[in-house]
Amino acid sequence: MDPLRQSPSPCSSRPSSPKTPPCEIHGYVGIEDVLDQVKIKAMKMGFEFNIMVVGQSGLGKSTMVSTLFKSKVWKCTLPGLGMPIPQTLQLKSVTHVIEEKGVKLKLTVTDTPGFGDQINNDKCWDPILGYINEQYERYLQEEILITRQRHIPDTRVHCCVYFVPPTGHCLRPLDIELLQRLCRTVNVVPVIARADSLTLEEREAFRRRIQHNLRTHCIEVYPQKCFDEDINDRILNSKIRDRIPFAVVGSDQEYLVNGRCVLGRKTKWGIIEVENMAHCEFLLLRDLLIRSHLQDLKDITHNVHYENYRVCRLNESHVLPRGPCWVNLAPTPPGPPVAPGPSKVCRQAREDSDDDEDDY
Amino acid sequence: MSTGLRYKSKLATPGEPGACPRARARLCPRRPPASHRVFPSLPRTPARTRTPTRPRPRRGQAGESGLGKSTLVHSLFLTDLYKDRKLLSAEERISQTVEILKHTVDIEEKGVKLKLTIVDTPGFGDAVNNSECWKPITDYVDQQFEQYFRDESGLNRKNIQDNRVHCCLYFISPFGHGLRPVDVGFMKALHEKVNIVPLIAKADCLVPSEIRKLKERIREEIDKFGIHVYQFPECDSDEDEDFKQQDRELKESAPFAVIGSNTVVEAKGQRVRGRLYPWGIVEVENQAHCDFVKLRNMLIRTHMHDLKDVTCDVHYENYRAHCIQQMTSKLTQDSRMESPIPILPLPTPDAETEKLIRMKDEELRRMQEMLQKMKQQMQDQ
Repeated sequence: MDPLRQSPSPCSSRPSSPKTPPCEIHGYVGIEDVLDQVKIKAMKMGFEFNIMVVGQSGLGKSTMVSTLFKSKVWKCTLPGLGMPIPQTLQLKSVTHVIEEKGVKLKLTVTDTPGFGDQINNDKCWDPILGYINEQYERYLQEEILITRQRHIPDTRVHCCVYFVPPTGHCLRPLDIELLQRLCRTVNVVPVIARADSLTLEEREAFRRRIQHNLRTHCIEVYPQKCFDEDINDRILNSKIRDRIPFAVVGSDQEYLVNGRCVLGRKTKWGIIEVENMAHCEFLLLRDLLIRSHLQDLKDITHNVHYENYRVCRLNESHVLPRGPCWVNLAPTPPGPPVAPGPSKVCRQAREDSDDDEDDY
Repeated sequence: MSTGLRYKSKLATPGEPGACPRARARLCPRRPPASHRVFPSLPRTPARTRTPTRPRPRRGQAGESGLGKSTLVHSLFLTDLYKDRKLLSAEERISQTVEILKHTVDIEEKGVKLKLTIVDTPGFGDAVNNSECWKPITDYVDQQFEQYFRDESGLNRKNIQDNRVHCCLYFISPFGHGLRPVDVGFMKALHEKVNIVPLIAKADCLVPSEIRKLKERIREEIDKFGIHVYQFPECDSDEDEDFKQQDRELKESAPFAVIGSNTVVEAKGQRVRGRLYPWGIVEVENQAHCDFVKLRNMLIRTHMHDLKDVTCDVHYENYRAHCIQQMTSKLTQDSRMESPIPILPLPTPDAETEKLIRMKDEELRRMQEMLQKMKQQMQDQ
């Protein structure tokens, strides 16, 4: 088992002990109907997904969210449009329940207007990290209660989409500072915003340079290499990693192209179709976030990032868990605890739990 | 004498004829210009009454990285100034401060020579903390004024080189919703020193309605923050209707939404400068696509001289008055005799400048000797 992976989540399909021998069955039992049961339960409960969009104003964050979920997520005027740039970074969250074919999704979108807009952007990432850690704290507090709720409301940020301005050169110092800090706390998917200002060659060159910058600064964006479980995952995720950051264009206006109604932007020299792979990579982003990796994003948030936070908090309060009893936590210290990279904390947690076992 | 050159230019240094054919070719577009005024005001140049120095506008440009400044300069002057430029990587940018890079090019068209100097400001607005990132730029502008002031007050006034910045093209990002705090800070620091022409960069990422809204927004904010950008002068009542119409259109399109390109693409059977996208081709010189042609006409054909005039008559005079005031107040503080002619303390010239001064003096002496000889010959005849 990969030593960097934390303990498996309750819904993981891995066997509890690697040593259980497989047993042959001689007829049809009907085990596969479990899938139907899971499906019925899931349809009843619905899914939760929390996404955060980070980037300078005017990069199309709000439009992108509306395009992704094909609904007017921001019911009132789009935040930031027509309004003065706020002096400090203010996070705004909005929650909607979207339903498709009986499946309910409770979607929470957090926007960050004012990020990186000031003259002095030093420490402008603190409110963002503070918010993310606050959600972890909330979940932790619910989890350690003696009588806890059956279903703890999950407000933790499952995915953070970072919008890189399409300069065409490389990542700016501000981008690097933020990404270094964010990647340790949350799943980050960087995208090249407003990609309709770059030609295809410029996009490729920009993408390669960004990938190089990310490698140089050891920034692990989602899907992280260290969490690939098996060879299939690795193959699928390598394809995605090769295309990250996706060059995206967002729009909530429809135009008629070749008899079809498409989402796009109409300029004097042509119509940019948002869902056309030849024009931009919006479809790749949508598929990653919603169609193929939504559950994985939630799993990694729960099993890795949240666990890291939990371990840090428990270490701070100097009381380690002993068996099934609950934990006496000291009150939250001021400021977010600085969590080191996922791999380091995983190894430390493993050592701690080993020490614990020795004590008994 | 271009200081601070970071890269080797393939263009000639001023004075070498025939070394830059590309720079000389086609300053005019393929279509004949609507107004027949190519360098209209040159015959009225006061510089002509002194010595036959060539008109030499000096242009600065500022804006964040990646807004297409260098590409636009290529497109404007059809020259390849930045061929060997090396883009900084992210690590190098972190510790970078704003640099000032000068590049001079000689352009000639139909016998009229133009010595153009472009000043670029890489690194502006790139850092995490951009407080006072415009300081190197204001220092540079002040330095040029000071240099001119010294030259003007000095003894040898025949060969004054005008290095003052006549026009500053400020590139506003099209991705914002108007002016950013950095934009406002920069323009307020420089609007009393130089003619600022704000431009909307990379305008091909905006649809027409967005461009309209953004222009309105920027105009409102410029008024709101009290920024004095370069105002086009009113045209005389005796100008023809065509010109007046052009002038009106010019004023209504400010700030110009521009696109630059160095690549030539095939559009509707013609080869044009443009950008090739999967959904269409943007033509740089198509007035329906962007305001590039308006900008070029304004900068080169119609308003070049006015820009220089405003720099000389307004900005430089303000600087000079301010300087003199400071000096006289300093003198009275020191309780010395008030000198009617402000004499600046001579700077200690560095080795290069000294060499140049010596060279110029030699040249002058040789010319004087030649003149003497010619006079002798004429007298003898």
